[in-house]
Amino acid sequence: MKKTLFDKVWDKHIVQQIDQGPDVLFIDRHMVHEVTSPVAFLGLKNRDIKVMYPERTFATADHNTPTINQHLPVADPLSAKQLDALEKNAKEHGISYWGLGHEKNGIVHVVGPEYGITLPGATIVCGDSHTSTHGAFGAIAFGIGTSEVEMVLSTQCILQPKPKKMRITINGNLQFGVTPKDVALFIISQLTTSGATGHFVEYAGDVFKNMSMEGRMTVCNLSIEMGARGGMIAPDEKTFHYIKGREFTPEGADWDKAMEYWQELFTDEGASFDKEFIFDGAAIEPMITFGTNPGMGIGISKDIPTTDAIEGGAATYQKALDYMGYNEGESMIGKSIDFVFVGSCTNGRIEDFRAFAEMVKGRKKADNVTAWLVPGSHKVEKAIKEEGLLEILQASGFELREPGCSACLAMNDDKVPKGKYAVSTSNRNFEGRQGPGSRTLLASPIMAAAAAITGKVTDPRTLINS
Amino acid sequence: MAYDKFNILKSSAVPLPIENVDTDQIIPARFLKATERVGFGDNLFRDWRYNSDDTPKKDFVLNNDTFSGKILVGGKNFGSGSSREHAAWAIYDYGFRCVVSSFFADIFRNNCLNIGVLPVQVSPVFLEQIFAAIEADPNSNFTVDLPQQKISIDASGAAEHFEINPYKKENMTNGFDDIDYLLNIKEEIRTFSQNTPL
Repeated sequence: MKKTLFDKVWDKHIVQQIDQGPDVLFIDRHMVHEVTSPVAFLGLKNRDIKVMYPERTFATADHNTPTINQHLPVADPLSAKQLDALEKNAKEHGISYWGLGHEKNGIVHVVGPEYGITLPGATIVCGDSHTSTHGAFGAIAFGIGTSEVEMVLSTQCILQPKPKKMRITINGNLQFGVTPKDVALFIISQLTTSGATGHFVEYAGDVFKNMSMEGRMTVCNLSIEMGARGGMIAPDEKTFHYIKGREFTPEGADWDKAMEYWQELFTDEGASFDKEFIFDGAAIEPMITFGTNPGMGIGISKDIPTTDAIEGGAATYQKALDYMGYNEGESMIGKSIDFVFVGSCTNGRIEDFRAFAEMVKGRKKADNVTAWLVPGSHKVEKAIKEEGLLEILQASGFELREPGCSACLAMNDDKVPKGKYAVSTSNRNFEGRQGPGSRTLLASPIMAAAAAITGKVTDPRTLINS
Repeated sequence: MAYDKFNILKSSAVPLPIENVDTDQIIPARFLKATERVGFGDNLFRDWRYNSDDTPKKDFVLNNDTFSGKILVGGKNFGSGSSREHAAWAIYDYGFRCVVSSFFADIFRNNCLNIGVLPVQVSPVFLEQIFAAIEADPNSNFTVDLPQQKISIDASGAAEHFEINPYKKENMTNGFDDIDYLLNIKEEIRTFSQNTPL
């Protein structure tokens, strides 16, 4: 039978198929963070059981952590308690724990790939919806709830009905100034915020083949923003080159054995999907969002759609525009902004900071803009310093903070104030996501750089040309 | 974690006719800092429910005494976004046992099923009928019959079938959880793990 990439990985991990029920799926790698795990560990305690495979479980602190003065005790008592709970739980169960200040600490979806925890053909879960990031390596990776975290901790398995399959193919050459973030925001704008619900997505075509591993991570990361369970890209030489030699990547005979499996990880010619979409890569522009979900995005040269042009409820659409303080038919170009956030599991990797630095080099940050530059991990932070990017950023009036999820979800002190506008490289523009009353415009790192320099929404291509 | 068994629920309902209600609205991230599952209902829809000075927003449905009940009725694509199970906990803790919508986000639906909140997906037309029934009479009762997989509007007798996985249905009617099932096949899992490539 012809199989898709997704089928091959899923079927390889079925421990048992429950009659008329979900599959019992074996999980190769389980990543754990401080926010969605404490109640799951409490469940284990109540049942008096231990983590079944601590060596397949990895814990890092990221959601709650401050991005300044990480050497000091965490000031917020609730955050401190949660971080403390993770450390205690990891210790008690023998799980590797990369806490605050640890050299490997960082956002869970940034450090996984950095240390070779993320591998092709693996099943990877975490109590975080952006676990889809790891699909960039040809893994089945998806976010789960805390009850499911408890399942995986206690049995290394999860009960899941097999999702439907969707393929999104994009061929052609991307225009100058169009980044992986724009490709993802374009897809979501076409499918809407719920268009892939119930499906696992495979991204195929030249555009993804030609993308760097980090670019693929950005695309797969955002799969959840159109409702997909996850997204994945078939592994290729670029993937194998990226993972080889990393700390947790198999070596020697184990590598050879894994490679036998990995070489088979592609969709067979003629395999079928429940849904297919095909787009032209050359038609994608730099994107920006104007509303309160990631599907509300437009090419920078377009105007905010009018109510009669949108699908779905007009009242919900108007509520979103009212929240943002925008009107239908307006251009986003020239809109005043207050904050710029560069970071998150979507765009907090070294290539993102390189792109941002290249754009701001020799220019100055606008006085009306507060900029938070937050590397995704200590490894990213170190690379920023070693590559000389920090000097460029500082000369342009920017400061670098310490790693963490930060203003992406504003669980720590990095909150955008009520009514203020932030151009953000993160993943969600929901109401209040970056702080109560905050207004978020999602964009690529170079769009964020253009906004940081000009103090308003600016087509980044106009700055590259000048 | 154990939860109440779900069989037949007869209750009035609280309407929230907004689409794409994401889990950041159901419970904002700053209220996810607990290390135990307590008190989440207080912060259900926090920023829609309260002003920044913690006074209630009078026009929000949970602050309107006209509406009450164990059923929450939301617009299309309910529960999108973050995987936080805290959203389902907040709904349960507040007192809801059932959420009705014409479309649910996957992770939220799974989370609900795992903690004893029944997600009932109805057709867009039936959803409109439910909203209309509540508007006509806020005390309208609805019957959610899990064994029969049927939701009905008591006043008009209009009813619709809803889908649920047979395994999950059995779990909800008995108050079982998945972990008990998995713990019982631990040896099979152990054997399986010895032959995985990674």
